[in-house]
Amino acid sequence: MLSEKTNYGPNLVTGTTNHHLLDIHNLDVSFQQRQGIAHALRGIDLCLKSGETHALVGESGSGKTVTSMSVMGLLATPPCQVNSGEIIFQGRNLLTLSENERRQVRGKKIGMIFQEPGKFLNPAYKIGEQITETLILHFEMTRKSAVERALEFLSLVGLGKNKRVLNSYPHELSGGMKQRAMIAMSVACHPALLIADEPTTALDVTLQLQILKLIRNLKEKFSMGILFISHDLGVVKEIADKTSVIYAGKIVESASQQQLFGNPMHPYTKLLLLSIPDAAKRGSRLRAIPGTVPDAEHIPGGCSFHPRCPLAEEECRQEIPPTIGYGDGHSAACFLIGKRWIDS
Amino acid sequence: MDRFIEIKNLVKLFFGQGILNRQKKAIRAVDHVSFGIESNTVFGLVGESGCGKTSLVRALLYLDPPTSGEVWFDGTLLGRLSPQNLRSFRKRMQIVFQDPNSALNPKMRIENSLAEGLVNIKYPGQHISRRIKQLLDLVGIASTHRSRFPHEFSGGQKQRIVIARALCTEPDFLILDEPVSNLDVSIQAQIINLLMDLKAELALTYLFISHDLNLVAYFSDFIGVMYRGRLMELGSTEEVMKHPYHPYTLKLFSSIPGQQTTIVREDDIQPEASLDGKSAAFTESCLFADECPLGDRSCREAQPILEDLGQRHQVACFKV
Repeated sequence: MLSEKTNYGPNLVTGTTNHHLLDIHNLDVSFQQRQGIAHALRGIDLCLKSGETHALVGESGSGKTVTSMSVMGLLATPPCQVNSGEIIFQGRNLLTLSENERRQVRGKKIGMIFQEPGKFLNPAYKIGEQITETLILHFEMTRKSAVERALEFLSLVGLGKNKRVLNSYPHELSGGMKQRAMIAMSVACHPALLIADEPTTALDVTLQLQILKLIRNLKEKFSMGILFISHDLGVVKEIADKTSVIYAGKIVESASQQQLFGNPMHPYTKLLLLSIPDAAKRGSRLRAIPGTVPDAEHIPGGCSFHPRCPLAEEECRQEIPPTIGYGDGHSAACFLIGKRWIDS
Repeated sequence: MDRFIEIKNLVKLFFGQGILNRQKKAIRAVDHVSFGIESNTVFGLVGESGCGKTSLVRALLYLDPPTSGEVWFDGTLLGRLSPQNLRSFRKRMQIVFQDPNSALNPKMRIENSLAEGLVNIKYPGQHISRRIKQLLDLVGIASTHRSRFPHEFSGGQKQRIVIARALCTEPDFLILDEPVSNLDVSIQAQIINLLMDLKAELALTYLFISHDLNLVAYFSDFIGVMYRGRLMELGSTEEVMKHPYHPYTLKLFSSIPGQQTTIVREDDIQPEASLDGKSAAFTESCLFADECPLGDRSCREAQPILEDLGQRHQVACFKV
């Protein structure tokens, strides 16, 4: 079995106890398109400690994936353009690193799990080759010891310690097995930060629960920080310690798990929670949010949620509400908190 | 027949063709499924992917005629209809698919997409335009947008148009195959509310397929739990949610994310069980026996059948 103190290289677990592992500060990203500028992120602030799961919840097009891709440094520039902000990871600003230095971080210190394992595993290579590739590259292991390590990680993610999986191609595995293999691949380098971009969306409910448990176990085992991206508030409630709600490229509310689900502040969060169907709401109509999510090219002025907000006042249409902390790490960006309230 | 839809012992086998056209072992996609749907109710069908939900639906509509079994639709036995009669009968049952992007032809204006169905049922030409306006009003799309192309609409609007198109032949039975799972959370509720309104307004009957158990519990009056081609549990939503008897139903319900009570800090990383191959075999045992916490020898020796527990709650398990 894998010893938990396995040391893969120097300065891997340094300086992460007191400081934030990841600190995204005022990140502003836009895309130059033929139709105009798509403002994907408009000043994101997000921080994450090691051993903490921070969930980023939002609808499609709200900027969740752009956030994770910017942390990984996987966005092509152009068309992508970082206008301002910094991403501080283990004390270094990732955005100022050279491409070579970036490559040292990517995959080794920050691992990533993607939504559809079928798409992100290379169909032409065996699973074993894909897992050992990163190990050989980052730790200059011999092929033999890399295969051993890969086997250890496969058994860790519940695929059993057999060579059969290592020697299969992705199409020979089921969806759940592929997702497990991908998790094994991303944690094999013992990353300090794991980015999980909708890791369970493509899976069935029973599998989803297994994968969530697996991610939680791995987090505790390696005391990783996890940036968990999802659109499913139920999943987030299950796994997150802290949650940030993102809407149209801006974080509208950020709070601990209990705070967010017990005492949501922003009207958007509150309406989202109300609009989720469950057995308790049978017979009554769902409280739907009118309108649609704005696309990144036409973000409304003022508070970007105001066209859909039932409480909106003149102030909301004119000015962008600042993010205000309400203690206990709970912060929200809305003018009307404490003034008016949505009745449930 | 008091039930609107009655399915009896429906079986759908798929035969793979081996080398030199030798017949391979048949795959039982749907295995002796029987249930009924009452008029103006919602029947929710839940199960994991690959358990035969879509095969069941296709067999039910006679898109893929079932291998054996009967489908009664409002007192008519579908298997006995001639192909022409079946075709004209089918306008009473329509289906809404999961992905509105692939369900609409991207090169057709939506009014043409809607008109196609009307022309097909020989709707009088001079009324088609009025009918399209009526349909779009029904689903909440401004009829001034009728000459737009699908890409000019958002996902939620596209799904509304797909629903409008399903309604154009005035069906009384709609099959909803994961109608909201491709939509954003804030849009899902809009579509669900629309479907509820349409059900009341047009006296529709729904067969609702979803993997979102919260949604099924909210939306349906009856629930059927399917596992590898067989129905495991059947009953009214209140009954099944309150007293799920079958171990598989329990497993499914305890997997619903967001229920804090279900978090068990156990270290059970089970090896992934491969379901392929197994489903192909004709087994005279409970299919869930290998995974079941209660399973013992009797489960592996005989196949449990649905038994009534009262209040129309049926379970296929020996251990009840």
